[in-house]
Amino acid sequence: MTNGWVDMKNADMMLIMGGNPAENHPCGFKWAIEAKRTRNAKMIVVDPRFTRTASVADLFCQLRVATDIAFLGGVIRYAIENNRYAKDYLLNYTNAAFIVKDTFKLPEDEGLYSGYDAKTLSYDKATWNYANGDAAGKPLPEAHVLTAAPHLAPGTPAPPPSLTEKPAYDFTLQNPNCVFQLLRKHYSRYTPEMVERITGVPKEQFLKAADLFTSIRKDGDTKKVGTIIYAVGWTQHTSGTQTIRTAAMLQLLLGNVGRAGGGVNALRGHSNIQGATDMAGIFDNLPGYLKVPVPADGSFEGWMKRITPKASKPGPWESFNYWGNTSKFGVSLLKAMYGDAATKQNDWAYDYLPKVDRNYSWTYLWDNMYNGIVKGLFAFGMNGVAIGPDTKKNIDALKKADWLVVGEIYPDETSEFWKSPGITTEEMKTIQTTVYRLPCAGFAEKDGTFTNSARWLQWKNTALPMPGNCRLDQAIVAQIFLKVRALYQTDGGKFPDPILKLTWNYTDPANPSLAEVLKEINGKTFVDAEDPATKQQLKANQQLPGFAWLKDDGTTACGNWIYCGAYTEAGNLTMRRDPADPSGMGVHQNWAWSWPANRRVLYNRASCNVDGKPWDPTRRQVWWSEAAQKWVGNDVPDFKADSKPADHMGPFIMNPEGVGRLFAPLGAFADGPFPEFYEPTESPVDNLLHPQQSRNPVVKRFKTPDDKYATPKDGYTIVCTTYRLTEHYHYWTKNNPMNVQLVPEPFVEIPEELAQEIGLRGGDKVRISSIRGEYVAKAMVTKRIKPMLIDGKKTYQVGFPIHWGYRGIAEDEGKTSKTLANLVTPAVVDPNAYTPEFKGFLVKVEKA
Amino acid sequence: MSQATLRIQKISGHAGSVPGQDTQRDLQVCKLVDTTTCIGCKACEVACVEWNSMPFSPTTFDNTYQTMPDTRWNYWNLILFNEHEREDGSLQWLMRKHQCMHCAEPGCLEACPADGAIVQYSNGVVDFQQSSCIGCGYCITGCPFNIPKLNSVTKRVYKCSLCTDRISEGLEPACIKSCPTGCLHFGTKEDMLDLAGQRARQLKEHYGYGNAGVYDPPGVGGTGVIYVLHDATKPELYGGLPANPSIPFVVKLWKHPLKWLGNLAIAGGLIGLFVHYLRFGPKAREDEDIPPVGAQP
Repeated sequence: MTNGWVDMKNADMMLIMGGNPAENHPCGFKWAIEAKRTRNAKMIVVDPRFTRTASVADLFCQLRVATDIAFLGGVIRYAIENNRYAKDYLLNYTNAAFIVKDTFKLPEDEGLYSGYDAKTLSYDKATWNYANGDAAGKPLPEAHVLTAAPHLAPGTPAPPPSLTEKPAYDFTLQNPNCVFQLLRKHYSRYTPEMVERITGVPKEQFLKAADLFTSIRKDGDTKKVGTIIYAVGWTQHTSGTQTIRTAAMLQLLLGNVGRAGGGVNALRGHSNIQGATDMAGIFDNLPGYLKVPVPADGSFEGWMKRITPKASKPGPWESFNYWGNTSKFGVSLLKAMYGDAATKQNDWAYDYLPKVDRNYSWTYLWDNMYNGIVKGLFAFGMNGVAIGPDTKKNIDALKKADWLVVGEIYPDETSEFWKSPGITTEEMKTIQTTVYRLPCAGFAEKDGTFTNSARWLQWKNTALPMPGNCRLDQAIVAQIFLKVRALYQTDGGKFPDPILKLTWNYTDPANPSLAEVLKEINGKTFVDAEDPATKQQLKANQQLPGFAWLKDDGTTACGNWIYCGAYTEAGNLTMRRDPADPSGMGVHQNWAWSWPANRRVLYNRASCNVDGKPWDPTRRQVWWSEAAQKWVGNDVPDFKADSKPADHMGPFIMNPEGVGRLFAPLGAFADGPFPEFYEPTESPVDNLLHPQQSRNPVVKRFKTPDDKYATPKDGYTIVCTTYRLTEHYHYWTKNNPMNVQLVPEPFVEIPEELAQEIGLRGGDKVRISSIRGEYVAKAMVTKRIKPMLIDGKKTYQVGFPIHWGYRGIAEDEGKTSKTLANLVTPAVVDPNAYTPEFKGFLVKVEKA
Repeated sequence: MSQATLRIQKISGHAGSVPGQDTQRDLQVCKLVDTTTCIGCKACEVACVEWNSMPFSPTTFDNTYQTMPDTRWNYWNLILFNEHEREDGSLQWLMRKHQCMHCAEPGCLEACPADGAIVQYSNGVVDFQQSSCIGCGYCITGCPFNIPKLNSVTKRVYKCSLCTDRISEGLEPACIKSCPTGCLHFGTKEDMLDLAGQRARQLKEHYGYGNAGVYDPPGVGGTGVIYVLHDATKPELYGGLPANPSIPFVVKLWKHPLKWLGNLAIAGGLIGLFVHYLRFGPKAREDEDIPPVGAQP
C-alpha cells in the first residue's frame, strides 16, 4: 500500500475493485467502515459478483472478470472529458507535460504498440521513450541525436536504449505528443458504450460510478480524497500488472497519491506476504527490490550501471532519483552476506551471486519440474498441488521429481500427491519421488516480524510451545546449510566460496535467533561514522539509524536497505506498541516500525501544493516550514528534507523523473507504456477494440501436454472465477473443526437464471469443467451473480471458493468430491509479474 | 459463573414476591447491532461458541452463507442472510445477528412454570438457570422470537446469556469484543438508543435510506438488543424479524385470567364443598333406598 489500513478512515471516497476486503480482510476493513461512519464517505464496489463487501457499498457494478482495464480506462476518459482531475497536481507531479518521441505509436485499432516482433512475442521498446529536448524543452529532431551517439565498432551490439535524461516538455499540455494528449487520445476509445459492451456494466450504472468516484474533483475541489483498494481480483490475471497501473494513473490524474485517505492500496493476502516480497521471496529481486544480476552484466560495475537510473527531468525541475543510490544498497547487501569476504578488490563478491538467466517464477518452476529440469523441491507452508494453477500439471510434475520435502503443520495434498484421486495403485508403484514430511511450527509457535499491507513490521512473540518433534523453519534451514557447508569443507566442489564465505555469526548457528537476523537486516557500520547533516555519531559495529547512512565503500552492511532503521541502537523498534495518534489521522509513529524510515503515507510531499501548503488544511500530513527551512509534519516527510518548494523537486523520489508516471517508458512494462484492454487467455468474445489482436501480444503459453487452453468453439462458453471466504483460509482451515462448522462443504455459485436453464436447484451436485479438469461440488443458486450482456450477447459467470482438496475433516469423512479448485485453472501468466490467471477462464456447467 | 454483582428482579413460576425487588435501580444494559455495517463475517458466532466452550455440531450445505437454519441449544448466536431484490432491481444482501433479545417483558419468563428456571436481573438481562429447568418447553411457546432451544438429551433449554459472566466483571460480551467492523456496541440502553438514533439519522441524511430506523419493539416493553435497520418499516426482510412482537395471547391468557379463573375454580370448589357439608352434613342413608338383605324384589 502507498498508504495504510488505519489511514483509510481519512477517505471521502473509496473504490473497491479486484478485492473483497469485508470477506478477506475483515479486521482491516473496519477502517473503511470508519470512513463511512465518521466522514460520510461513499464506497463503490465493482466485482464479478455481489460480495459481502458489496452489501455495505453505496454503489455496486457487476463486471465481467478480467475487464477491469476497460472499466478504469472508461473512468480515466470520463475524468478528462468532464474536467474532473487535479490540474496543478497533474502538471507538476506527473509526467503529463513530458513529450514522447514522435516514432512512438499507440495501439489504436491495431492493438499493438510500435516495435512489436511477432516471432519473439516481444516489443523493441526504443520508441517508448521521451523525446530529447533542448534547453527550452523543445523536442530535438531524432537525427540530431543519432549523429551525437558514439561510434560503435562493427559487430558490437547496440547498447539498450536508456531513459532520455533531458526530455522535451510542454507545460501548456497542448503538444500532441505530450503524455497528457497521448493519454487522452489512448482512452478516447473507452467510451461508456464501449465499456458496457466489453464489461457488461450497463452504461447508466457505469456513468453513475464514474460520476461518483470523480465527484471529489468536481468544480476544482482539491480538498477531498479518494482511495482505490484492490487485491488478487486484480493481480491474478494476465492483465494484472497493467490493471493496477490503470488505477495508479487514475489516482495520479485525480491527485490522490500522497494524500491521507488516498493512494493505491494493495490488500496482501497472507500475514507476512509483504515481508516475503520485501525480503525478495521472488526470483528477480534481491532484498529491498534491487534487480538481480544477469549474465550479460559481466561485473559489479556492469550490474550497477544497468540497474542504477539517471535522473530524467525538465530543466527547471529537480529530481531526487533516490535509486541513484543503488550501489550503496548493493554493496551493503553484499557486505551483510559475505562480510570480510566481500572487498573492493574482488568486486564485492559479485561472483558469489547467482546470475538470473531466465524465468524462475512459480509456473516456470513447475514447468521445469515437468520437463525434468527441476529434480527436487522444498515446500515450506506452501501447498503447491492445491495452489495450481492447473493442478494436474503440478501433480504430474511431482511424479517426475526425485525428491520432495514438505514442511507443514498437518498432512497436505502436496505431500500426498502420489495418492491423489485418480491415481491407481498400479501407477503409484511407478512413482519414484521420495517424499519427506517435516513437522513445522504454526504461526503462534514462532516469533519474528510480520510485515502487513501497510508496510508495518510488527514483532510478535511466541505464544505457544511447539508440539512434539516440530522444528522452527529457521532451524531446519540452518541445519541444512551447516551440513552442506561441512560437506563443501571436506569434499570441496565446483564453486564452494559462496557457501563457505557466507556470513553466519549467530549465537546458535543451528537455530538462529530471529532478533539477531533482524539486526543483520537493519545493518551496522564497521567503522566509526558521522552524519554530516545532523552531526550524529556512531561507533564501529553499531546498528545503523537509517538507510541514509549506507555507503558503497564497504564500511556498512545491511541485509535490506528499506528495513534499515527497524533495529537501531535504541532497540527493536518493531516491538513498540504506543497507540498515540496526536494528529488523529491514524499516524501511530511509535507503534511498530514502518518502512521506509517509519513513514506511514508514501509520497506525502504530494499532499501539498507547489508552495508546500497542504491541499486540505484539515488533514495536514507534512508541509514546508519557512522558519525551519525544511519539511516537517505529522508524518515523516517522504522527501529531501531541505529541498525548498521553489526548487520544484518531484514528490515521487523513487522515479528517475521525480514525478508520477502516466506514461511508463522503456522496459518498465513488457506490454505497453499505457495499459490497453486485452481479453484474458480464455475469453467468451473477441476484443471489441481490436478483434484481430484480442489477447495480450506478449503473453506466452506453456507447451506440455497438460497445458491446454480453450476457446468458446471448444464448447466452454461460461466465464468462471475463483475466490476465498471469510470463514476459511486457503487449504489450511479444512483441518480445523470450527471453520468446518461455519462452512462445511464446497460449493459453486450459480446465477438463478442459469440454474433454471440447466434444471439445477440449490444443493444439487454440479460439475464445472474446463479443458484441463473438473471440479464437482454442490450448487449455490444465487441472485448475487446476474447474467450479463457482453456485446449484446447473454453471457453467464460462475465462481467458487477454493478451500477444499482431497485431505481435511470433511474430505476424510468422504463428504466431498475431493476435487481441487485449481484443476480447472490455466497455467498462463502476467508478462510483468508472472502471476497466474486464476480468476478468468472458460468452463462448462452441468448437473453432476 | 460469577453473577455476584447481579440482582434478580423477576423470577419465573415464583410464588410470592422477589426479595429486594424494586429496592434499587440499575442501569439497563443493551447490545446495539447496526445491520448496515454488518459484513456477515461470523466472528461473533465463533466468539460465542468459544467463550461458552460449546461443543461442535455437524452442519450441512443449505444453499446459503448462513451457518445453520436456526440457533441451537449449543449455538446461541447466528447471522441470518437474506438476498433481497428491491423494486428498482438493485440487490441488498441483508445480514442480521440473531440471538436472544433480552426483552424487558420476557415471554419466556412469563410462560415458565418452574420456580427460578428463568430470571431477569435488574440490568435487564434474561438468564436461564438450567438447574431449575424442568424441560417443559413452555418458554419456547412464550418467546416471540423463537429463541430458546431444548437439548433433547438433557431436557434443558439454552440461549444467549448476554455474557453475564463477563458483564458482571466489567467486560463487554464476547460477541461485542470480536466484531471487527465495530458494528456491535455495548453500553447502557440510553446510550445505545442515542447511538442508534444518530446512525439512523446519518443513514437518512447522507446515504439515501429514507426509512432507516431503530428496532426496539414496545410490545415486549423494549429489548436489551436493538437493531439499526436500513428500512425499519420492513423488519421481516431481516431474517423474519417480527414487526410487532409481544407475549403470545395464549401465554398471557393462561398465566393471568385463566390462572386466576383456575385458582378461583379450585378455591370456589373447596369453599362450596365446605359450605355444602356445613349445610347438608355428611351424606345420610335413606331406608327405602337400600333393600334389606334377603328381601324379595
